[in-house]
Amino acid sequence: MSIFVDENTKVIYQGLTGTQGRYYGLLNREYGTQVVAGTNPRKAGEEVEGIPIYANVAEAVDATGATASCIFIPAAGVRGAVLEAAEGGVEFIVAITEGVPAHDEAEFYNRLRRDFPQVQLLGPNCPGIISPGKCNIGITAGHIAEPGGPVGIVSRSGTLTYQALYELKEKGIGCTTCVGIGGDPVPGTSFIDCLEAFENDPETKAVMMIGEIGGSAEEEAAEYIANHMSKPVSAYVAGVTAPPGKKMGHAGAIVSGGKGTAQAKMDALRAAGVRVGLNPTEAGEHMADIVAELGAN
Amino acid sequence: MDLFEYQGKQFFAEYGLPISPGEIAFTVDQAVAAAEALGTPVMVKAQVHTGGRGKAGGVKFAATVDEVREHATNILGLDIKGHVVGRVWIEKASDIAEEYYASFTLDRSAKKHLGMLSAEGGVEIETVAEENPEAIAKIWVDPVDGLDEETTRAWVAAANLPEAAVEGTVEILLGLYRAYVEGDADLVEINPLILTPEGKVHVLDAKVTLDGNSVFRHPEYAAFEETQTRDEREAAAHEKGLQYVGLDGTVGVIANGAGLAMSTVDVVNQVGGGAANFLDIGGGANAEVMAGALEVINNDPAVESIFINIFGGITRGEEVANGIIGALERVDIEAPIVIRLDGTNADEGRAILAPHLSESLQMASTMLEAARKAVALAGKEA
Repeated sequence: MSIFVDENTKVIYQGLTGTQGRYYGLLNREYGTQVVAGTNPRKAGEEVEGIPIYANVAEAVDATGATASCIFIPAAGVRGAVLEAAEGGVEFIVAITEGVPAHDEAEFYNRLRRDFPQVQLLGPNCPGIISPGKCNIGITAGHIAEPGGPVGIVSRSGTLTYQALYELKEKGIGCTTCVGIGGDPVPGTSFIDCLEAFENDPETKAVMMIGEIGGSAEEEAAEYIANHMSKPVSAYVAGVTAPPGKKMGHAGAIVSGGKGTAQAKMDALRAAGVRVGLNPTEAGEHMADIVAELGAN
Repeated sequence: MDLFEYQGKQFFAEYGLPISPGEIAFTVDQAVAAAEALGTPVMVKAQVHTGGRGKAGGVKFAATVDEVREHATNILGLDIKGHVVGRVWIEKASDIAEEYYASFTLDRSAKKHLGMLSAEGGVEIETVAEENPEAIAKIWVDPVDGLDEETTRAWVAAANLPEAAVEGTVEILLGLYRAYVEGDADLVEINPLILTPEGKVHVLDAKVTLDGNSVFRHPEYAAFEETQTRDEREAAAHEKGLQYVGLDGTVGVIANGAGLAMSTVDVVNQVGGGAANFLDIGGGANAEVMAGALEVINNDPAVESIFINIFGGITRGEEVANGIIGALERVDIEAPIVIRLDGTNADEGRAILAPHLSESLQMASTMLEAARKAVALAGKEA
């Protein structure tokens, strides 16, 4: 099994007629994803390589029964696109676009929670999600992911997400689903959302987590792992040697409350029983050990 | 994007917040002229993108024009934590009865806006937060609802401000929230917010950080962009649209994605080297971007070797390879380069690079191997 998306997921691409949307939409279809529609209010009735274009998400959902949407449109339009997707009736929205204003993210995150609680948003500024061999939504190179299991991956960093998939594939270890949650201030999907889904997925036996300096998402994930996860976790946190970032005035320092450094995050994860690697390769090796131990049991 | 205090005050003034009259001065004569126009006494305040100005001697009271001349002479050119003062804000001095603190920022955990208000302002608010956290009244504002007057009144009541300050503070907080939201700020902070002996609530300092991602709907930000202070390397990288942070080592790092770039710096460190920089060429990198990145690194005299670490998702292998080759044709790269290329169309990229490989342009198959090679090359050069 996989989490959030699988071979039955029908996906609409908002921005399929743009350069990036077309490139990755077609790559995703080639991978096997059910790319059933694109949207563009000015190009309704046209098609992109056989994929029909509708004026908006609601019409695309009516015509195709799609349940997911992938957003490949410029940052200025992402707020509108996310709400259009939710109102249009999809349950899972993947926003790839980077550079979305933080106030927009905070606004549509809370609006979805309130008016569309059944909708799961992933991103913005994320690489997307891949359930290897079944469905790939976003910009992940599908060939670097090994289908199967038993590992689920959740990552805050785009290229490190691919790195994690690659490290596992090199070791012949499969992945149920790999979720890139993105590193923006208000990610639609959190580490905890993914950890919970992996904990409930019978085919996922262990989870690999890739974090980054800043914020307190890793510390919160560590607390969740300690209290709610029965499955083993390995982790890597990028930025161990990063100099202290630009401080967001006093208020920013208070919000983080001493959290946010790679060291603090690694300490919190270790205390929760997570095997923490000092680089992506080491985290991959920890996961290989975990998988070997699972096999031995 | 950080604003200078005076820019922050001008920004606040657009939302009706009460600020003191003042003028910006780049020279001592301008400072004196400003003081004469405003009338003494005035404050002479260093304008730098860092805190701790007062302790560094960057904020002075001047009772007379002669004192303005003296202070401006001392403050202009002063080095405050690596920031050299190039401009001073001359502001009509205020009498202070009490000092408060007010701010809005995004609480990433709560995913809501966080407002903080304290009757104990004018000092390091971190110290208050640590030693006396109950002295800070906090509210979380759902961005969908916004902040209304009733909520603001309850918040001000919770902060235990004296009766005389309540009305003025409520009005300022409502204006401050509007400035925060409409201005797309990451942070708006007033410390201190003062009560004057005459019973007026007044903004005495302004710290504003704007969200660079919102520039597309704020053409007025261009004026602030021009006054950003960066070191030379960072300025050159910024001009090319690259995310760059200067570090102290000798291995120049180019990677795609902030996470991978940070991880590359980590790995260089782990194998016993030191990175000269963090450079993220971002998602949509093409030949031009790569060439620009190499130029930036090449201009850093500390760099002894270059580690290019690309994992292709949105950046395709051929683009990376062609970018490197294009850059090598355009710029005379002095330091040896180690490339680690994987991901989308990595094989095609490697094939393009293969005929160009030499002692000074090497490839490695893993991050660790590439880091070891780059660190060894840096050592050899040194």
